[in-house]
Amino acid sequence: MPKITFIEHNGTPHTVQTAVGKSVMQAAIENNVPGIDADCGGECACATCHVYVDAAWIAKTGLPEPGSQEASMLSFAAVSQPDSRLSCQIKVTEDLDGLVVRMPEGQH
Amino acid sequence: MTSDRIIIAGAGHAGGSAAAMLRQLGWKTGITLAGEEPLPPYQRPPLSKAWLKGEADADSLALRPLGFYNDADIELRLGTTVTKIDPAAHQVTFGDGDTMHYAHLILATGSRARRIPLPGIDQANVLELRTAADADRLKAALGPGKRLAVVGGGYIGLEAAASARSLGAEVTIIELMPRVLARVACEILSNFFQDFHRAQGVTIELGAGVRALEGHGTVTGVRLADGRLIPCDAALIGVGGVPNEELARDAGLACDGGIVVDLTARTSDPDISAIGDCTKRPLPLYHRSMRLESVPNALEQAKQAASAICGRPPPAPEIPWFWSDQYDLRLQIVGIPFDATEIVVRGDVAAGKFALFHLTEDGTVQAVEAVNASTEFMGGRRIIQRRKQLTAARIADMAVTMQELAA
Repeated sequence: MPKITFIEHNGTPHTVQTAVGKSVMQAAIENNVPGIDADCGGECACATCHVYVDAAWIAKTGLPEPGSQEASMLSFAAVSQPDSRLSCQIKVTEDLDGLVVRMPEGQH
Repeated sequence: MTSDRIIIAGAGHAGGSAAAMLRQLGWKTGITLAGEEPLPPYQRPPLSKAWLKGEADADSLALRPLGFYNDADIELRLGTTVTKIDPAAHQVTFGDGDTMHYAHLILATGSRARRIPLPGIDQANVLELRTAADADRLKAALGPGKRLAVVGGGYIGLEAAASARSLGAEVTIIELMPRVLARVACEILSNFFQDFHRAQGVTIELGAGVRALEGHGTVTGVRLADGRLIPCDAALIGVGGVPNEELARDAGLACDGGIVVDLTARTSDPDISAIGDCTKRPLPLYHRSMRLESVPNALEQAKQAASAICGRPPPAPEIPWFWSDQYDLRLQIVGIPFDATEIVVRGDVAAGKFALFHLTEDGTVQAVEAVNASTEFMGGRRIIQRRKQLTAARIADMAVTMQELAA
């Protein structure tokens, strides 16, 4: 099972294992990682599972398609950056084993 | 007897989240999470949408996997509720007669469907939609050619109608008010949703009272006040929710159309918190208190309660928001239009991509209702947060971007 490391805004890392096919958001929720709210449960409706993808992983996770639902949700998410993603929209694959994402200070 | 245990009464979205957040914030001693339903905490929003359409399974509905509660040392007591609180003794009684002491009690008792005392209401296939069991009963009654009568044109009724249509059922919505969503949305939005549902083949009866549910043990039709009969195989009653506040009231806690709490989710007893649908809570942005029935509200208050109990600073206040998915429409609402005197349309209502900005007299944006317009929703959230004042002309001008409006 792929490993994903979530780094809280205060620097605390949480490394969890999750099944292929889940979303990165689900991996956080199932392992009670603080800092991912996921109000809408993965519907891309709330932007409260916002993460910054580590530079080394951007090529594998990709960025939201311009004009997509995810891109418009991120356009005003708390402290949006060029490496911002909504973690509910990143599907876990074997390729993402070792993925590192960082969390913003808040999700609202 | 003293205890270092936190008891959470109610294992819905609010209660389940509070238990998880207490562990996130470092609460070390016992947590008991008790709920009436046989299932561990699950997400209710999909019940009228993906779950009803058969697009979600029980695993994807669960808030957290079952193993989580064991790993996190959270005692789950399912199929039972707290039936009595003795605040002086810091003790609760469960439905099975068991008693337990608490250091702190969190009430997350939720809301229940409003029942209307109509003749024939107790028949088979007269349904409501609150729980997974309710959704299963509704799903079983739907299918190609089946006829569903929906009493109440609120969000639950409209979402269920959309899902039922996608399953091939014939749907009639019966609404007492002159428009659907009358309590929760403005007229432009009501008209838009009415037109959209009708275009999808839903029949909508407005200003229509219900006299009785006809049938001989199983519902066969809804008799309207004007005497007409709407034949059906199932009737879904969705006429609002009522807070489950009786437990709190019996314990002497202040209630006023919801259990009264502050911004740390404390009730009138400092050792008892209340969170979610059952509470009447302050909305600091609007200088008002009200009851909100939404997942974001449940999560925000779970965070408030867990932070206060663990001695952490309170989380930053959030702006209430809601969402509803019907057909390929995504409705996102942020804010509440208190004291709004003007509604400004941004976008194209006829094209199904627009946002409605609700402004007070001085141009302060109080709420934004966005249909297939997520940028307006997110930008609106920022504008409301910053208490920005805007002119109607600028909002309506699509040449002005949301980035510029929110700047």
